[in-house]
Amino acid sequence: MTAPRYVYAIGRALDPADLAGLVGIDGAEVHRIAHRDLVAVVSAAPADEDELRARLERLDELAVVAEAHHAVVAAVATQTAVVPFRLATIYRDEHRVSELLHQRYEEFAALLDRLTGTVEVGVKLYVEERAPAPAAPSTSGRAYLQQLSQRHRRRDEKWQHAAAAVERVDSSLGALALDRSRHRPQSAQLSGAAGDNVLNAAYLVPTGRLTEFTDLAERLAQDEPALRLEFTGPWAPYSFTEPEHGDQS
Amino acid sequence: MTRALSERSVALVDVLDRLLEGGVVLTGDLTLAIADVELVRISLRALICPVEADRDSENDLGRRP
Repeated sequence: MTAPRYVYAIGRALDPADLAGLVGIDGAEVHRIAHRDLVAVVSAAPADEDELRARLERLDELAVVAEAHHAVVAAVATQTAVVPFRLATIYRDEHRVSELLHQRYEEFAALLDRLTGTVEVGVKLYVEERAPAPAAPSTSGRAYLQQLSQRHRRRDEKWQHAAAAVERVDSSLGALALDRSRHRPQSAQLSGAAGDNVLNAAYLVPTGRLTEFTDLAERLAQDEPALRLEFTGPWAPYSFTEPEHGDQS
Repeated sequence: MTRALSERSVALVDVLDRLLEGGVVLTGDLTLAIADVELVRISLRALICPVEADRDSENDLGRRP
């Protein structure tokens, strides 16, 4: 078999039956490549590499590919612990995927041990943007500058309060979680959410403590009237796949 | 387009945070791997932050090598 393979995730204890009917990128049938107790979840990769690259540069096409990838990972994550792969990881053929499992067995096994029985919860905090008070018509340049400087001072204070509140929430949630990770704050243009996204975090939470975690987050947010809380997930642990020993080639 | 993104049941923006910044990073065999996904991210950022992008350049931010 020399057909290229798109890798979605690595898991454990997955039977072929667990993947029956699952389709991935471009509707390709998902199957498994096993090595010892590890299973790579793969499908045929799009044949034309240049075309795929061009597709990923277009947001609408990127969305289709990303959702296909995510759907496979999410489906597998309901059955077993998974180590999700980043978008568009492609190997020349099945043999190369087997080699990967063989060569990095210890690393993947250790990651799976760490991630078994956990979920990732996304927590976003927003500062609601209040409409600015209608400015009295400025009678002079000096009055205008005073108004401007007042507005800036209020804005600075608001941000300082928000930053402190975010740290309080994040450290309390981090204490309950096994690990935490931060993504870049999201642009309101893309998320469509109201207010400024001041925290875009992910927490690795034991599955059995998920309710406790979300309850705590809600309580903490209630204590911080300046902040609005939003959950996402639970997710497969995308944000917690860094191997212990850093980067690799 | 951005409105459509936020209306999905799982918001694309949250999926992309994870698929472009998280997950196991391996080079794979095809050249379409880390470097190219970085490119995607750059283009995407241009799309997400058109205001900043406009400030840097008139257009084509995503086409830079």
